[in-house]
Amino acid sequence: MVAVRSRADRLVASTLRRHLLIALGAAVVLLLLSAQIGAYDDYNLTAVAIFAVAAAGLTLLTGLNGQLSLGHGALMAIGAYTTSLLLKDHRQLPVIVVLLISVVSAGVIGIAFGYAAARLRGPYLAGATLTLAVALPQVATRYKSIFGGESGLTVPPSAPPDWLGADFPPERWLAWIAVAAAVVTMLLLANLLRSAPGRAFKAVRDNEAAAALAGIDVARTQVLAFVISAACAGLAGALFAYWSGITSPAGFSLSLSLQLITAIVIGGLGSLAGAVWGSIVLVFVPLLTSGLASSVHLPSAVADNLPLAIYGGILVIAMLVAPHGIQGALRRILAIGRARREHTPGGGQKGVVDWDDPAPGT
Amino acid sequence: MEKRGEGKEERVGELSRPTLEVVDLTVRFGGILALDQVSLRIDAGEVVAIIGPNGAGKTTLFNAVCGFVRPGSGRIDYRGEPLLGTAPHRLARLGIARTLQSLGLWPGLSVQENVVAGSNRRPGFVSSLLALPSSDRIEAELASKAHDILGRLGIAGYASAYPLTLPYGVQKRVIIARALMAEPSLLLLDEPVSGLSAEDIDELAGLIKQLRTRMCVAVVEHHLDFVMAISDRIIVLNVGRVIASGTPKEIRDDPQVATAYLGEDVPTPEASSDA
Ligand SMILES: Nc1ncnc2c1ncn2[C@@H]1O[C@H](COP(=O)(O)OP(=O)(O)O)[C@@H](O)[C@H]1O
Ligand SMILES: [Mg+2]
Repeated sequence: MVAVRSRADRLVASTLRRHLLIALGAAVVLLLLSAQIGAYDDYNLTAVAIFAVAAAGLTLLTGLNGQLSLGHGALMAIGAYTTSLLLKDHRQLPVIVVLLISVVSAGVIGIAFGYAAARLRGPYLAGATLTLAVALPQVATRYKSIFGGESGLTVPPSAPPDWLGADFPPERWLAWIAVAAAVVTMLLLANLLRSAPGRAFKAVRDNEAAAALAGIDVARTQVLAFVISAACAGLAGALFAYWSGITSPAGFSLSLSLQLITAIVIGGLGSLAGAVWGSIVLVFVPLLTSGLASSVHLPSAVADNLPLAIYGGILVIAMLVAPHGIQGALRRILAIGRARREHTPGGGQKGVVDWDDPAPGT
Repeated sequence: MEKRGEGKEERVGELSRPTLEVVDLTVRFGGILALDQVSLRIDAGEVVAIIGPNGAGKTTLFNAVCGFVRPGSGRIDYRGEPLLGTAPHRLARLGIARTLQSLGLWPGLSVQENVVAGSNRRPGFVSSLLALPSSDRIEAELASKAHDILGRLGIAGYASAYPLTLPYGVQKRVIIARALMAEPSLLLLDEPVSGLSAEDIDELAGLIKQLRTRMCVAVVEHHLDFVMAISDRIIVLNVGRVIASGTPKEIRDDPQVATAYLGEDVPTPEASSDA
């Protein structure tokens, strides 16, 4: 028993090995799941993975670094348009290359906005990113010959590789790509948050003067958070382009940015797991509510608005019941369970640094 | 608190030049002259207290040293090099650590993380991103060092707690632990004992006496018994000017100080006007 325990301890002693094990486990479960469900659910699973990537990046910026961005939909658009433009001229480009270039292009734009953002605080930052969210889609409309105007650019689907067989469903292939991208993103972000960069993000959020005195370059930390967050949004946008098959300004409206904010708040601000919960809510609750609305026979004027009303209602109730989001509520339930088992209320493990713990009381 | 035999060690390679030298420093906030031609020096191995009534400019002096406020004129040298114009986040690497009057704990980080983040040593970005073994190794070293420091301050049991859930006295020790994590050669403490119990004050005095073998310490403080107990030298500020400087005994006997400061009721420290 002791020998088994110590071998298990050694296996997870390294952060990388521990995170890799979790990531591989999640990937395997999701890939197996994707094979069990139909094309429609694979399509929804892809959507969850895409939102999870964007929401994870946003929760790092807003939840952990304290920079409120209302413009993340626009950063997703940069990834999506990069992908669409690449594929317009080079149809055969491998997915991985397209995704990486989209990540870089959104990251580079993120550097520019990060520098501006590092000078702005609170409502000014919110205003600036809001402007980004509203203005960027206009660029696509304005430069019609490049970006295709209102009707947008079509995106050719990524064909499953031959070794998967001729009749492998393309929805499942895309789900695999999106799940793999999401797992890699979570792995890298979890690594960062476990170590010095994660502490620096939170320290800057909580008290800039104290962070500077501890040798943390506040502006650089804020730019870094913005760039990482933009890169995640770019990746999500690129996947979104493949997923929707068309990249147009309407797909990246202000409401997308607001949905992402909703997702991280509902899921649990500042936690990667929370970003995943939030994305699940974002994708499935509207499906559920429109199903509900159409099952009762109502005049269309009411029925059309019912899903949105129910959705809003669910969000309000969720925030009242679980002010720290879904992840916060789960953590509390787990903590109560653990305390019951061990009869040690509170409990203080030494040296345990909980990387995705949102600030208590924030 | 456990006492160690460090008091007997002699400082090696002591230099004759001062650790910190402030010359004719003037800081203005609009119409307020917060510091008026202030000159002072802190030599290696010294514990210097800076006292004076509220609004005297003590915190402003620290803020000028740390680059949080820009002096109108004057000079600040650290180990013979000009310090003015240095960005605040570069000071830690130069060996200057400071605590804020308002503490400046990060509520979203555990006590352990609050202390670890005080170190100048940290794994690089790429090494953290990929969780390379080198980042794990450095993190483990930092964690064990933080644990030692917390232990020395008698608060190791709070390592995994979050600071705002803790008693004020513990919070003040955490903030000192963070400053010590940087192994500074100049430690600036802004009102470290305000709000502490008599027992805690004695312990902190003991700690500072131990620290003096490794760093010089400048303490802004109102608590006169504490100041008299720890300082080699006391500098008295009043309305932005240095009105006296000398040994604790000289300051106690200085009639000017008595009228300006000691004669009055010791003002209660207010919530900060830090950075
Ligand atoms: N950032 C600031 N802006 C404007 N006035 C300030 C600022 N910081 C300090 N002051 C003023 O400068 C004077 C000295 O303040 P301070 O250095 O905080 O005093 P002390 O720390 O000795 O109590 C006070 O009159 C205070 O109101
Ligand atoms: Mg002060």
